[in-house]
Amino acid sequence: MIGFTRRKLLGFGGVAAGGSLLAACDSLAHNDGITKVVRSAEKASLGWQRAIGRDALAPEYSLADLSPDFKVNGTHAPVEAQYQAMLGNGFADWRLKVSGLVANPTEFSLPQLKALPARTQITKHDCVEGWTAIGQWTGPQLGLIMQAVGPKPNARYVVFRCADNYGGEASKGGAQSTSLYYESIDLIDAFHPQTILAHSLNGKPLSVGHGAPLRLRVERQLGYKQAKYLMELVVTDSYASFGQGGGGYWEDRGYEWYAGI
Amino acid sequence: MATAAEINDMPAPAGQPYLFYRHALVVRATHWINALAIFFLLMTGLNIFNAHPSLYWGTHGANPDTALRWLQIGAQNVGGSLRGFIDILGARIDTTGLLGVSTHNGAPSVIGYPAWATFPSYRDLATARSFHFFFAWVLIVNGLAYLAYSLVTGHLRKNIIPNAHDLAPANIAHDVVQHAKLKFPKGEDAKRYHVLQKLAYGGVVVVLVPLVILTGLGMSPANNAAWPWILDIVGGRPNARSLHWVAANLIAIFIIVHVVMVVLAGPYNEIRSMITGKFRIDPETAK
Repeated sequence: MIGFTRRKLLGFGGVAAGGSLLAACDSLAHNDGITKVVRSAEKASLGWQRAIGRDALAPEYSLADLSPDFKVNGTHAPVEAQYQAMLGNGFADWRLKVSGLVANPTEFSLPQLKALPARTQITKHDCVEGWTAIGQWTGPQLGLIMQAVGPKPNARYVVFRCADNYGGEASKGGAQSTSLYYESIDLIDAFHPQTILAHSLNGKPLSVGHGAPLRLRVERQLGYKQAKYLMELVVTDSYASFGQGGGGYWEDRGYEWYAGI
Repeated sequence: MATAAEINDMPAPAGQPYLFYRHALVVRATHWINALAIFFLLMTGLNIFNAHPSLYWGTHGANPDTALRWLQIGAQNVGGSLRGFIDILGARIDTTGLLGVSTHNGAPSVIGYPAWATFPSYRDLATARSFHFFFAWVLIVNGLAYLAYSLVTGHLRKNIIPNAHDLAPANIAHDVVQHAKLKFPKGEDAKRYHVLQKLAYGGVVVVLVPLVILTGLGMSPANNAAWPWILDIVGGRPNARSLHWVAANLIAIFIIVHVVMVVLAGPYNEIRSMITGKFRIDPETAK
């Protein structure tokens, strides 16, 4: 009996020691000083990657490399009444609004965007979770739109406002509050030749799952930067006043703003 | 205080144990920085892996691409009880308790790698990523410092990379037998690494760590644009991710064997030598 009790005690001790070790480790993730130091790596990665390839092009693939079934992720179908109404009307009433620090605030209809010179590129889509899909995207370069609206000298970022109110998943980054999806990139990526506003995937208009009628492709960053269901582009000197100030939906939930890695 | 060279030049006292200066300061410092970085890199890596516990071989690879998937950790319901499994190269192995399904806070939890093996212990891809990339920078900067030191002093060439004598089959066979008998070198023979140690340390420093860094970079979309040659070599981002996992596993196996050998060889003397540099040499016992 004594031996049994001792073993049991040792067992509890072991579990408690293991548990407190885990808790001690986890507490590092909640320490403000430590997370500040750890997160400084994001600036190092951005600086380094810009240094070795500021204008480098993402690899492009051939039609033979396309994913047979391009995975839909994030919002599969926005439930918002405004989006449903636009979808029901074939996006005839949809307009892409471009505003903020620009000389000529403009609204583009879908036919107007489709009439612009387009770039078609077969690229890979790298999800932050680790999977990769390859698709062929078509749409006007964002740089072309930017030239049309004329960013002011103090412009630094383009913020993308979307139509979907994404609830997120509790398992991906902790407690989630719902809010309209948004994203942001700097002007280096905005003027990169492969940064396009895609209206087609694999030669067909975007499906609802892939972001109809228009989504961003910023090919040197991860999937969560590729904002779907675009409604408005705001050119700005700071993204601090959008959402919770992180520069994007997932950024507000702890993910890096610079998603090149 | 005697310098390292002075300590090593002192005549060895006959039949007495004495201290030998074994590890230079740079080697000791980079060793422990490396140990800390790799500890966090492995545990955050397992947390990141849990976000999508599958590996593919090809230029693309996602949930629908089952034909390209060569590894998956998952859970299934068998007769009302949750069972964890790993599918690897077509074979399914029940891994309940370790992979797929493990006990956390007394309840079965559906998760790829178990909570005790990941940092943070709960699912948190964002935090795991930010710690992973911080310690990846530490690993790279620390590794470059070690390489620079080795180039200047010839440390790798002199002490780590096996020479022709080391690689002679008879010598390898002898070292295997010595290891199997757990007979550790004594006297003058304890002042250098033997071939299995050299292959293990050299394999980690020259092969596995460069491989894990390059395949890590190969998963970065911005790096794919700047340095497309990494993807050209491995054949695709899913391959980079697969090889990153393989290299990390081999590094983890090395660490387990390394720690076991330190314990068997005499943990006090071994750990002291990697902290103070001084290693106790025991006299050769009379035959």
